[in-house]
Amino acid sequence: MSTFDSFKSLSRALFLGFRRDRGALFFTVLFPLLFLVIFGGVFGKQTTGKVDVVEVGAVPVLDRALQHDPSGELGRTVKVKHDDLAGALKKVQKGDADAAVEQSGGRLVVHYSGADRVKSGVVQSVVQQVANAANVAESGRPPTYTVASQRVEDKSIKGINFFTPSLLGWALASAGMFGASQTLVLWRTKGLLRRLRLAPVPIPTVFGARVVVSLGIALGQLAVFLLVAQLPFFGLKLQHAWWMSIPLVVCGVLTFLSLGMVVGAWAKTQETAQTVTQLIVLPMAFLGGSFFPLDYAPKWMQAVSYVFPLRYLNEGMLNVMARGQGPMSALPQMGILLGIAVVAAAVAARLFRWDAT
Amino acid sequence: MKNTISVRGLRKRYGDVQAVDGVSFEVPEGEFFGILGPNGAGKTTTLEIVEGLREADEGRVELLGLEPWPRNAKLLPRIGVQLQATSFFERLTAREQLRTFGSLYGVSARKADEMLETVGLAEKADVRVEMLSGGQAQRLSIACALVHDPELVFLDEPTAALDPQARRNLWDVLRAINTGGRTIVLTTHYMDEAELLCDRVAIMDRGRILKLGPPAALVRGLDAPTRISVASGVLAAEDARGLAGVDEVSDDGVSLVVETRDPSSVVAALSAKDALDGVQIRGATLEDVFLDLTGREYRA
Ligand SMILES: Nc1ncnc2c1ncn2[C@@H]1O[C@H](COP(=O)(O)OP(=O)(O)OP(=O)(O)O)[C@@H](O)[C@H]1O
Ligand SMILES: [Mg+2]
Repeated sequence: MSTFDSFKSLSRALFLGFRRDRGALFFTVLFPLLFLVIFGGVFGKQTTGKVDVVEVGAVPVLDRALQHDPSGELGRTVKVKHDDLAGALKKVQKGDADAAVEQSGGRLVVHYSGADRVKSGVVQSVVQQVANAANVAESGRPPTYTVASQRVEDKSIKGINFFTPSLLGWALASAGMFGASQTLVLWRTKGLLRRLRLAPVPIPTVFGARVVVSLGIALGQLAVFLLVAQLPFFGLKLQHAWWMSIPLVVCGVLTFLSLGMVVGAWAKTQETAQTVTQLIVLPMAFLGGSFFPLDYAPKWMQAVSYVFPLRYLNEGMLNVMARGQGPMSALPQMGILLGIAVVAAAVAARLFRWDAT
Repeated sequence: MKNTISVRGLRKRYGDVQAVDGVSFEVPEGEFFGILGPNGAGKTTTLEIVEGLREADEGRVELLGLEPWPRNAKLLPRIGVQLQATSFFERLTAREQLRTFGSLYGVSARKADEMLETVGLAEKADVRVEMLSGGQAQRLSIACALVHDPELVFLDEPTAALDPQARRNLWDVLRAINTGGRTIVLTTHYMDEAELLCDRVAIMDRGRILKLGPPAALVRGLDAPTRISVASGVLAAEDARGLAGVDEVSDDGVSLVVETRDPSSVVAALSAKDALDGVQIRGATLEDVFLDLTGREYRA
């Protein structure tokens, strides 16, 4: 009798059990995808959109700049509308426009809203640049100092590039932890564990099969996420070392399964396991940077985030998928994840019980 | 002959319940052994200690010359266990379930499918385990215990949820296995079943074995009267009382019941009076032994 055959047929049985579980399918595959579609669709476009500027009356400086725009850069950034002052301010207040610009003689006034700092910042700097250029032209002399701006790797990733890896991290954490804790409690309370104890299969083989099934499911989640996010509508562009997300996902899944096992080994009932898992996963997703970039978070939140394994998975995947870092950059995160996995697995093994009573 | 099971001085306590209180017995190879007893007598606990699922507080168990506790991987392929509560992998069909269990023992899919046929579940092969009826699930659980053709089989109330046909079918299956030289231990609440199948039975109550022996010997040892009943009215109660060998007579208006320890002369006398209309003769059964030992009153 071969342990490997047992392993294969157990894996098959467990996978069939998962595939036929509509609830699990929804929560592990469709639900996170729904988040990706919503978050990616709503916030993903933010940085690529133009800024809407309302000219109050005539603003010749801006108009002239738009007419003499050899690189077309300004035209790509700014979209101009016209209105009177009251109407323009109302548009800005309601968020229909990003700023209103008035010109009276040599004075330019920019009215902006604080609601969207990014766009109001863009408007202010654009108007400043336009004014500078006009000053230079007025003086009739070539500018003494010119600025050549060069874009560097953006540390604060926005939009779909952020949401694809981080929502995937949340989906993996949630699927792994719920899967492991629920399975373990269910098998114990339903008596399957004690029945398996009487079968001549090493118990690590049984759990190994469960882990392999979870890994397969997780890689499926990764594939679906990457495929959807790369659709033109979302426009994810993967960086060269994106494939390192595969070993990262494997390490992450091992970590979350081990943590789930700890909960499952400790909890007596399915309700307890479910509640406790939720109490871990949800804060972890928020504070681990799955729903918003940690770069924008307050200092204390950034400090707290280091407690959560999800942070390392998210960070590692962001680095290789979106920030364009090399394959080696993921190694520290993988190491930390595996370390947590080993410790959690040891704790779970200590807490493990075959029997409900 | 070598003993397949040897149990000495087993004790197990749960809180303040002494579930098993000094149980000893031996089961030789090839025997069909039954454990009887009221609810809570300690049958399941005894069985689970013997199987190696629970640790005894005291006592020794040997199965096939090996100790079942702690988990003994050498022993496991040689024993088959059906637990009192059925438990399966979720969302598998009956066939997938049995094949998966079979594979844990290195049993081929074909042999697993044959076992499904043996317990009469071939028609339900593609039904998910959650959708099986109680009795069908019970049969699948028994199939899981037998699929690898174990030398020693433990069945905890295997026929509890079965209909009369399935019960008889299972009896045939078990008898065939036993005839093939396998040792079987089962618990049951059906005395007719124990009497029919078991070479020896142990009657348990409150964690102890009260009596142990072949059913027929236990019944004989009871020295209970035979009850002969005829239709009421064919004979007056006073006349019946006058017959030789009669101990007790009662008439409830439907049947006249005569208790005797000399049934042949009483039947002859009734026959001479032409009073055998609707006659039924009932000797003592294992049930009488059981009730005599464990008491007739209902315990909550
Ligand atoms: N896990 C447990 N924890 C605490 N008490 C238990 C446990 N299992 C059994 N008991 C108690 O031990 C006693 C014996 O139980 P056991 O299950 O062995 O009885 P049984 O003879 O199999 O009964 P039944 O015919 O109802 O199956 C009962 O009083 C029961 O309440
Ligand atoms: Mg029982």
